[in-house]
Amino acid sequence: MLAGGLSIALVLLLAPSALAGSIIPESGGSPAANHISNLYTITLYIAIVIFIGVEGTIVYCLYRFRARRGREAKQIHGNTRLEIGWTLGAAAIVVALATITFLDLHSIRDPSNSGPGGLDLSNGVQYETTGALKPPDGRALTIQVNGAQFYWRYTYLGVSSNADGLGDPYTYYQMVVPTNTTVVLKVVSQDVVHEWWVPQLGGKVQAVPGYVSETWFKIAKPGNYKGQCSFLCGRGHARMIAEVTAVSPQKYTSWLAQLQSNLTAADINDENCRKELAQGNGPQSVEFTKDC
Amino acid sequence: MATAVLRPAPQIVAHRVDPAPRGLMSWLTTTDHKRIGILYLVTSFVFFILGGTEALLIRLQLGEANNTLVTPEVYNQLFTMHGTTMVFLFIVPVLAGFGNYFVPLMIGARDMAFPRLNALSYWLFLAGGLVLYGSIFWSPPEAGWISTVPLATSTYLPSGGVDAWIYLVHLTGIASLLGAINFYVTIVNMRAPGMSWSRLPLFIWSIMAYSLLLIIAIPVIAGAVTMLLLDRHFGTHFFDTAEGGSALLWQNLFWFFGHPEVYILILPSFGIFSEVLPVFARKPIFGYKAIAASTMMIAFLGLLVWVHHMFTTPTPLVVIIFAMISSFLISVPTGIKIFNWVGTLWEGAIEFKTPLMFAVGGIALFTIGGISGVFLAMFPVDWQLSDTYFVVAHIHFVLVGGSVFGIVAGVYYWYPKISGRMMSETLGKWSFWLMFWGTLITFMIQHSLGLDGMPRRVYEYPDVGHLQLYNQISTVGSWILGLGVLLTVINVWRSLSHGTIAGPDPWKANTLEWFTPSPPPVNNFDEIPRVRSLEPMKDIRREVERQSKEGAGARPQVPGEVKVTA
Repeated sequence: MLAGGLSIALVLLLAPSALAGSIIPESGGSPAANHISNLYTITLYIAIVIFIGVEGTIVYCLYRFRARRGREAKQIHGNTRLEIGWTLGAAAIVVALATITFLDLHSIRDPSNSGPGGLDLSNGVQYETTGALKPPDGRALTIQVNGAQFYWRYTYLGVSSNADGLGDPYTYYQMVVPTNTTVVLKVVSQDVVHEWWVPQLGGKVQAVPGYVSETWFKIAKPGNYKGQCSFLCGRGHARMIAEVTAVSPQKYTSWLAQLQSNLTAADINDENCRKELAQGNGPQSVEFTKDC
Repeated sequence: MATAVLRPAPQIVAHRVDPAPRGLMSWLTTTDHKRIGILYLVTSFVFFILGGTEALLIRLQLGEANNTLVTPEVYNQLFTMHGTTMVFLFIVPVLAGFGNYFVPLMIGARDMAFPRLNALSYWLFLAGGLVLYGSIFWSPPEAGWISTVPLATSTYLPSGGVDAWIYLVHLTGIASLLGAINFYVTIVNMRAPGMSWSRLPLFIWSIMAYSLLLIIAIPVIAGAVTMLLLDRHFGTHFFDTAEGGSALLWQNLFWFFGHPEVYILILPSFGIFSEVLPVFARKPIFGYKAIAASTMMIAFLGLLVWVHHMFTTPTPLVVIIFAMISSFLISVPTGIKIFNWVGTLWEGAIEFKTPLMFAVGGIALFTIGGISGVFLAMFPVDWQLSDTYFVVAHIHFVLVGGSVFGIVAGVYYWYPKISGRMMSETLGKWSFWLMFWGTLITFMIQHSLGLDGMPRRVYEYPDVGHLQLYNQISTVGSWILGLGVLLTVINVWRSLSHGTIAGPDPWKANTLEWFTPSPPPVNNFDEIPRVRSLEPMKDIRREVERQSKEGAGARPQVPGEVKVTA
């Protein structure tokens, strides 16, 4: 046990990054995830010391004080000084853990400004976030994450002039975001409780009907970051997966424009279909030609 | 110097003993706390086997990536039944069983304060279990043991499973509430002469904390499930945000009960650790007052921490910080307990009997669960770990390592008293090693599963990274653990007829239950001994020994009597 603990500690000292996902949480996508991982790792060092101390003492006692010929148990009832000592010791560890949590809290919870290579959010006020979470300069890309049985829908807020987000472009399953840009998520649910979680981007937030939960991330490297719903939401819970794809701001801008025009085209198509249906030319009729 | 006459334990003779009633009717109508205790113990172990079988099926489904052994529907039903069974139908009632049997015996009383109420508690508990398991013939609940709304409302789960769950919570809740009041009144009023609060056995202290927590927490969950029932069938909107209710209200009410429930599940097991360790280390418990005080401290703080189950909800930061600090504070009295147990082993003469092995093994495993709990209490870290297999690992180290190992230690420790026969040490040690390694293998790797991104309550996972390997390790461990439990069940069964006769005090233990014959007569004690210390049986044995040494010459020795000098 002792050797096991020591070897874990040694491996941790040598290669912390290689152990993400088995001994420490996943990170690398966003500052919040990295800071959580750091906080976890510091706690893990303290935990390993306590673990080896307690378990080691138990094993030592079992060996050293086992009943054998001539061994008399010492009839002691306690040791006030020792007991006060370990109470204070435990309290000191707790205070230390609370302190490091508070030291790291700001960089985990509060969004930072977008980086230099990020999406230009300076033109137009529509990108200003209105909720509790906002970077110091107040500018972040805001995306609404809507959980439903059993899929995620992302609405890229602020593109249309509608304040309610109804005219804004949206995607399912895959969220596309620009790199080096602070993204604030407003997580909501339209049916049961869901939970948004992409491990490499940071912690989870519950999507509770009637409430808006917020979280944020800022991705430096382009790539795909996978996650899934982590709160039981019904029979399809395991398949309620999510993916965040980070691309360069230029690609993002053109992707968003393309998405917008696709959606507009689809809307017009829908409109025409509805008209044809109203005129009685349903899909079963010969004149029906639209791709509805 | 006053002198009193006291008979040594083995030679107690009752003045008039009615023959013990026999037959089925005598069990159905019994109000004897020992028989009710046995009914509780046997029934809850049946539910333990059922809950364990469900766990093994869960592990089989997860033994392979993208497995299709069970459907998503059945999988959700399995883990809902597993969690509900283990919490409401195994651990709480099995502890009530030990409490029923041993609280009166350990405090020197002839029965519980309200024997008929006691019988009612048992039958309500059984009814709750039958209602829940009756649902497997129609549609079992599938919203998890926490039945979170809105999933548990009739919009999303209209079938009767959630209703069966609600009735289970009501019936077992009333059973626990009545039982808790009974324990409380019994402990406060019926202690043997001389048994002051500072001479109360630590198991009794833990049953006191268990009872107080049940009395505070049960009404809240009873109210919450009533609101859920009204929402489901009578058109109210307590949990419907669109109609002015709140979906978060359920989580607050449930966890206000749910977290104290965890301490309800574990404190009596801690009490068993505190009884077993000094007996087999042949040494007084280290820091009695600190352990008793920390029990009550944990119970109190346990009422303030429920929001740590809700760190990822849209709850104000100040509330979350309060929950983190109060959760941290709990680790101090918990740590004090562990240190005191280690202090009890220190400088002892440890006898490796099965009860001791389960107690020490349980403490070693619980320590892992206690440490992982500190990670979860730090809310930014919890944002990564919450609702993943890391949490599954944590609760199982706490509840298997802490509660179940304590319960099994109690089974091996007290079986001679209940049955009059010893259990097999060989089978017991095999069972211990299988359960110990089974628990480690099953649950240690689950920390990594959670860190690797696997949420809990998923019926399948993709074959990426190490997910399948880790899950297979866990599945293999679960069968080792299951085999270990099976050996103890076989041991209990076999020892009824094959065990050697135990006698009243086979372990040379400290507390009053060992003063009576094994099994104890219906009235427990003809003569209730005066208690002069925390370890009355040690005093009695010492006195018997002293007087048998000097006694012969002093005055003619009356057979079966010893003189106790105060």
